[in-house]
Amino acid sequence: MNIVVCVKYVPDATGDRRFNDADHTVDRVGVDGLLSELDEYAVEEALKIVEASDGSEGEVTVLTVGPEQAADAIRKSLQMGAHKGVHVLDDAIHGSDAAATSLLLAEAIKKVGAESAWDLVICGMASTDGSMSVVPAMLAERLGVAQVTFGSEISVTGDMVSIRRDGDTATETVEASTPLVLSVTDQSNEPRYPSFKGIMAAKKKPVETWSLADLGVPAEQVGLAAAWTKVDASAARPPREAGTIVTDEGDGAARLVEFLAGQKFI
Amino acid sequence: MFELSREHEEFRRSVRDFAEAEIAPHSEAWDRDHHFPVDVVQQMGKLGLFGLTAPEEYGGADGDFTGLCVAIEEIGRVDQSMGVTLEAGVGLGINPILTFGTDEQKQTWLPDLVSGQRLAGFGLTEPGSGSDAGATRTKAVLVDGEWVVDGAKQFITNSGSDITSCVTVTARTGQSADGKAEISTIVVPSGTPGFTVEPAYRKLGWHASDTHPLTFEDVHVPEGNLLGERGRGLAQFLATLDDGRVAIAALAVGCIQACLDLSVKYSLERTTFGVPIGRKQGVAFQISDLAVMAETARLLTYKAAAIKDAGRSVQEFKQAAAIAKLYSTESAVTATRIATQVFGGYGFMEEYPVARLYRDAKVLEIGEGTSEVQRMLIARGLGLPVE
Ligand SMILES: Cc1cc2nc3c(=O)[nH]c(=O)nc-3n(C[C@H](O)[C@H](O)[C@H](O)COP(=O)(O)OP(=O)(O)OC[C@H]3O[C@@H](n4cnc5c(N)ncnc54)[C@H](O)[C@@H]3O)c2cc1C
Ligand SMILES: Cc1cc2nc3c(=O)[nH]c(=O)nc-3n(C[C@H](O)[C@H](O)[C@H](O)COP(=O)(O)OP(=O)(O)OC[C@H]3O[C@@H](n4cnc5c(N)ncnc54)[C@H](O)[C@@H]3O)c2cc1C
Repeated sequence: MNIVVCVKYVPDATGDRRFNDADHTVDRVGVDGLLSELDEYAVEEALKIVEASDGSEGEVTVLTVGPEQAADAIRKSLQMGAHKGVHVLDDAIHGSDAAATSLLLAEAIKKVGAESAWDLVICGMASTDGSMSVVPAMLAERLGVAQVTFGSEISVTGDMVSIRRDGDTATETVEASTPLVLSVTDQSNEPRYPSFKGIMAAKKKPVETWSLADLGVPAEQVGLAAAWTKVDASAARPPREAGTIVTDEGDGAARLVEFLAGQKFI
Repeated sequence: MFELSREHEEFRRSVRDFAEAEIAPHSEAWDRDHHFPVDVVQQMGKLGLFGLTAPEEYGGADGDFTGLCVAIEEIGRVDQSMGVTLEAGVGLGINPILTFGTDEQKQTWLPDLVSGQRLAGFGLTEPGSGSDAGATRTKAVLVDGEWVVDGAKQFITNSGSDITSCVTVTARTGQSADGKAEISTIVVPSGTPGFTVEPAYRKLGWHASDTHPLTFEDVHVPEGNLLGERGRGLAQFLATLDDGRVAIAALAVGCIQACLDLSVKYSLERTTFGVPIGRKQGVAFQISDLAVMAETARLLTYKAAAIKDAGRSVQEFKQAAAIAKLYSTESAVTATRIATQVFGGYGFMEEYPVARLYRDAKVLEIGEGTSEVQRMLIARGLGLPVE
């Protein structure tokens, strides 16, 4: 089984995150970034599926659309065990919205498929920065294949994929046949940590870099100018104000209740 | 220039992520309960940590010694007990078999040790002989194609866990012509009748590490369990000791780094007299000293590792290893004293990791050659006729 995993390079949530002043896009260049943690589940799921289909020569290709630093997301995926990487990189892509991102991903996946057919495309459930959760659905639509999103348990038998989806009130198990676009949740598996062996092996794995021209996508269809929505203003959230300190002068409990009731907590 | 390779740094990141997610949340409880977490040790094995320097044919990564030091430092940064479990698992468990074992011995023991699913110990120290390892009393006699082992070993790491597969012990196997004891090493599988793992010690620190006294009464093992050459037991052991010294130095670097990280954070949060204690020179300057120790210990340790990886002379490596071990471990003890002081009364409470580090650090100056032994080696390396 050949699998393409879409991985996004996102700003490190534990670091300093900010917007660009000029166009209100997320600053992806000047801050520390990493492979979106939710996409680690997608990589792990793909590796598990390929490893489980013993003896087959299935390959996992990781695909990212992003600035130069996004190569780190590919690198980490290769260190985990993916076989090869594709980086869609072009200055014109800056500011692309979900629709444009899905167009680029779809065209890249078609190009991957032209070399060797894929059976599955696996995405994360959402990116940890934009978190719109729409790219997988858009991708399936553009590729003209079925989509099953938010899978929390996946099993593959032949070309049938069985996916458990956990909703708030019910759990359902869906079956679909490949080719298929799948997104997986953070309940689906435990992503592995790259081993030293994996890190050394990744150095030798092939990574291709494709431009808009390589994909045959005109620059007008992507980037900030082509986005369907526009952010007019953005501002950092003000720092949290100091809390209220209730000094107990014999009436502490009563004053706490008063405070909680005032905030409608009780 | 003074940097590890990009791959080593990425590996550091991976081990750190692992340590913070899988080990750090439990360290306090393991320490309190004297619990040896077999499952997490095996997870470390799955991450390939025990097999870092072993050849691929036994399931290892065929990596360099520097990589192993990185792993020990990062595990030790969150949990010294797990750090020494790894250090001893490789240095004392795997390395003697890898270096001196026959193909058959290697095939028998290494795959499970290299994958970290089983552990092995090395029993050199005895109740009556530590620094003076030549004074070994345990004896082994060859009878009808079997070694019969009698004696006792003291303070043996990884020797009695649920996943211990064997312990390699040094024993007298006779006398050489000049009347000196002939010492050899023999592999004793766990569970061999007469081989008793005595109850764990009440240790000052390293509570989550597995350490036991061992007794051997009429223990029969096949003749083929002799490891390496008969009569070369001590020399063989000494040959693997330099690696162990650098590995303990790496564990000490992790300890110092933890003291530094925790102290910086705390000194910005804790306020006295209306300002963070980090504003007080009395506190800030002590933390500066921690940074100097962390940096210096790291440089010495990775320099020693680099000397080994570059295949430079044994003499050069020996000296660098002793210097790294001595400086890093003594600094670790000092660093934990400073860090607990920065934490004030909280530093004396077990809820704060600095309290655990304070107890854990002391043994670093003792195991794998005491500070005095390191000073002796360094002096000899300088050509001094020290006793
Ligand atoms: C501050 C901010 C400003 C924005 N400004 C605009 C704007 O002005 N106009 C506008 O239309 N949109 C804007 N966006 C939306 C942003 O461009 C989208 O977030 C992005 O295009 C992809 O959607 P997502 O990250 O929400 O992906 P999701 O749909 O949440 O991602 C789901 C999965 O799709 C895959 N995936 C997503 N992106 C990639 C990628 N680049 N490479 C590989 N795989 C990927 C991953 O597998 C991921 O787990 C903005 C977002 C933010 C946070
Ligand atoms: C937690 C723990 C785990 C251990 N794990 C193992 C293990 O897995 N395998 C193993 O074989 N051993 C192990 N040891 C034993 C350890 O290596 C010894 O304790 C150490 O080598 C010191 O030996 P000793 O305790 O007999 O002290 P001694 O040798 O009795 O030393 C007592 C003091 O005298 C000093 N001294 C001794 N000789 C000299 C000299 N010539 N010049 C100057 N000063 C000297 C020492 O430095 C020390 O201060 C472990 C010990 C501990 C505490």
